[in-house]
Amino acid sequence: MKTFLTSILTEADYQPVRLLSLLRKIQSQYQHIPMEAIGILADALHIPRTQIIGVVEFYSFLHLTPQGRYDILISDSITDHMLDKENLLGYLSSVLKVNVGEVRADGLVSLNNTSCTGMCDQGPAGLVNGLPLTRLDRPRIDEIAALIEQQQAVSDWPGYLFAVSDNIHKAGLLLNTPIEKGTAIKSAFNRGLPATLQELDRSGLRGRGGAGFNTATKWRFCAEETAAQHYVVCNADEGEPGTFKDRVLLNSHADQVFEGMTLAAAIIGAKQGFLYLRGEYLHLYDKLQAVLQQRRADGLLGDNILELGLDFDIEICLGAGAYICGEESALIESLEGKPGIPRNRPPYPVTSGYLNQPTVVNNVETFLAAAKIAIQGGDWFAGFGTEKSAGSKILSICGDCAQPGIYEYPFGISIEQILADCGASDVLGVQIGGPSGTFISNKEFKRQLAFEDLATGGSFIVFNNSRNVLEIVQNFTHFFAHESCGFCTPCRVGTSLLKKQLDKIVDGHGSSGDVVELESLCQLVKSHSHCGLGQTAANPILTTLQRYPDLYAKRLKTIRYEPGFDLDGALEIARRMAHRNDAGAHLSQVED
Amino acid sequence: MTGTINIDGQNIPFEEGQTIIEAATAAGVYIPHLCHQPGYTPHGSCKLCTVKVNGRNCSACTFPAADGQTVINNSAEQELDRRRITQMLFVEGNHFCPSCEKSGNCQLQGVAYHLNMLDNHYPHFFENREMDASHPDILIDHNRCIFCNLCVRASQQKDGKNVFGIAGRGINKRLIVNSPSGQLKDSDIDINDSAVHICPTGALLIKRTGYQVPIGQRIYDHKHISEVALAQENDNGQD
Ligand SMILES: Cc1cc2nc3c(=O)[nH]c(=O)nc-3n(C[C@H](O)[C@H](O)[C@H](O)COP(=O)(O)O)c2cc1C
Ligand code: SF4
Ligand code: SF4
Ligand code: FES
Repeated sequence: MKTFLTSILTEADYQPVRLLSLLRKIQSQYQHIPMEAIGILADALHIPRTQIIGVVEFYSFLHLTPQGRYDILISDSITDHMLDKENLLGYLSSVLKVNVGEVRADGLVSLNNTSCTGMCDQGPAGLVNGLPLTRLDRPRIDEIAALIEQQQAVSDWPGYLFAVSDNIHKAGLLLNTPIEKGTAIKSAFNRGLPATLQELDRSGLRGRGGAGFNTATKWRFCAEETAAQHYVVCNADEGEPGTFKDRVLLNSHADQVFEGMTLAAAIIGAKQGFLYLRGEYLHLYDKLQAVLQQRRADGLLGDNILELGLDFDIEICLGAGAYICGEESALIESLEGKPGIPRNRPPYPVTSGYLNQPTVVNNVETFLAAAKIAIQGGDWFAGFGTEKSAGSKILSICGDCAQPGIYEYPFGISIEQILADCGASDVLGVQIGGPSGTFISNKEFKRQLAFEDLATGGSFIVFNNSRNVLEIVQNFTHFFAHESCGFCTPCRVGTSLLKKQLDKIVDGHGSSGDVVELESLCQLVKSHSHCGLGQTAANPILTTLQRYPDLYAKRLKTIRYEPGFDLDGALEIARRMAHRNDAGAHLSQVED
Repeated sequence: MTGTINIDGQNIPFEEGQTIIEAATAAGVYIPHLCHQPGYTPHGSCKLCTVKVNGRNCSACTFPAADGQTVINNSAEQELDRRRITQMLFVEGNHFCPSCEKSGNCQLQGVAYHLNMLDNHYPHFFENREMDASHPDILIDHNRCIFCNLCVRASQQKDGKNVFGIAGRGINKRLIVNSPSGQLKDSDIDINDSAVHICPTGALLIKRTGYQVPIGQRIYDHKHISEVALAQENDNGQD
């Protein structure tokens, strides 16, 4: 172990900020993080072992106890459920003879659930040793089980098991004509960097990660900070269930994304950039490294880029299974090798980000768009979309529709049109912007996709009339409870209470008071949580309570109050000990 | 830069760099809090100190005071919200107050009195949390930890050590100890460390001192936490 650790530590230059990537390597070598390794790392990096354990316990893909040599995780996104995920998981569990959440006695295989893997257009999906398994069905599961029993190396498994398609069905102004390598950088320098920032401002581009902050303003704030270093970070965490457009952009348009980052670097004065790639997209890692290497060879990264006097390079950092790391300050903590806990604000990352230096964090699509704007100019972009939402939006559409995949539209498009294009019929409702967004009913399809009306980071999940709204809400609510970082009380405890309270109602143990309680808990979690996760975690409940109050009401008992536990059942042990079973030894649940 | 902020109608001066809670404390205005102590880096996790600043909810312990802010600290709605947050802390752990050595000296309890909390309201989690009684002088009862991070900060910032850490995600948070065995006895903690004395609940206790002052004669049995906190924290603020 010592030799292995020394070699990866040397590679990481003994930098504590590389802790997460070190732990990822140890996990894949030993299927867990052995205590002995923790001791060695603590000494070598001069950090307390509590810090290392803190990181291991924070990320879903790291473990203190050994996982199987074949570690299988099945995506628990609502779309996977709609594609019969539960039955397939049960089948997988039976053919592999391992219970969900456990490691088989011989240590060969472990099986568990994981949050959305970003393959909602080709689910049911899963991961084996970090690599994506798509379009799972029984024959594939039989094949996978056989490969595991024969102990075939994952690298020797047939490629089609891991095939990930782009599924681009509708290309708009960004996807139609990708830029030529280097042209955005050249255009920006030809025009002058301040003038290029003005063009970006004129374009009206707002962040594509969901919140929609003006991109030029962010870059300007960052550029105006005097500091030793500035950093550019591309947020490719893409953890929102139902979002997978960044996966496609990185698979097919990585050059343009990196060019957008280089442009940002030139404008804010950064020498170093990071692509924070979610752990679920491990399959893209080598390909992206090769793109970076080619750009270095082409003089588009490294020292004196295109002989314009610009020095800039990009490093790829992998996440390890934590939705919260998409939140920009949590992402920065994670880049620094720490648990992804959102920071207090102010200060914002533009003044104090990575290593407390001014940092721009943008979504993958934002950089992609910025590169094109640098060439085409601001007016070109502002010519599409609506007044407050310029340009186009790339959507990932999945759920009940004939053609799940990627669609690009100018902002302002109606939901109706989108549904028609993707082949959705008999629609009950659509989840827009993922679980943290809004559930709209089929009476609202005239509404528009735009920051003025329905904002979105790109997730668009269609549900037809055969679906059960409360089951959908349950899936989303459990997701948030699982993904809460646990830092602040209202979200740590609140999301778990939301889950309990919702389950109580959905399972038929609720009474009218329980809905009132559920709603006030939603408000508390929303208004008092530290970051966007907690602030939106109650949205699935709130948006459906508003639209379908009767669906909730139908599940309720008619009594005024129903306790959350079985009062009489709790007395069972006492009755056995007292050898009594007469009427006096029983309690009725409630006085009606 | 200095200036004034207005808390519940009262004008309060502040100095550059002060947070809202610091300005309020100096002016004798109590804002309920658990994870904040003067002299430590603000944490902002318990959310009890949430106030409305120009209409938006902010943590008073982390939010900088700025000239002209209108701050609402006391309203019926806020008191209810704070009570609910405190109740969340009570159901998350296992707080058997009547049998707790810290009873009467516990800030969590003191805040609960202050907020007129009469029940736990939410269903209990009944978490199975273990005790660490390995150390000869110091005890950790994990049942009562509220993850305020004060012991972590005190150990780092005052004691120059790194005895504690908080690990886990979501509802599975737990306090961990920096020693090869994970037990307190194998760490470099000392009974005189600030970290041992700072815990606002009965999670970190000093052995054999529990009932020296009888229950009924303890701090919050007689005094309001607002009074105690303001007096102590203004003293500390001056050292
Ligand atoms: C819980 C949470 C998860 C997030 N996940 C992502 C994500 O996966 N990708 C992303 O670009 N932004 C995500 N964001 C938004 C980021 O915090 C940030 O606003 C964004 O990266 C800024 O880039 P933009 O201005 O280009 O949108 C998330 C925010 C929260 C609160
Ligand atoms: S709101 Fe939730 S995810 Fe965000 S800091 Fe608080 S506990 Fe963490
Ligand atoms: S042990 Fe006490 S001081 Fe430490 S985090 Fe828990 S409650 Fe806070
Ligand atoms: S005292 Fe401010 S959040 Fe805890």
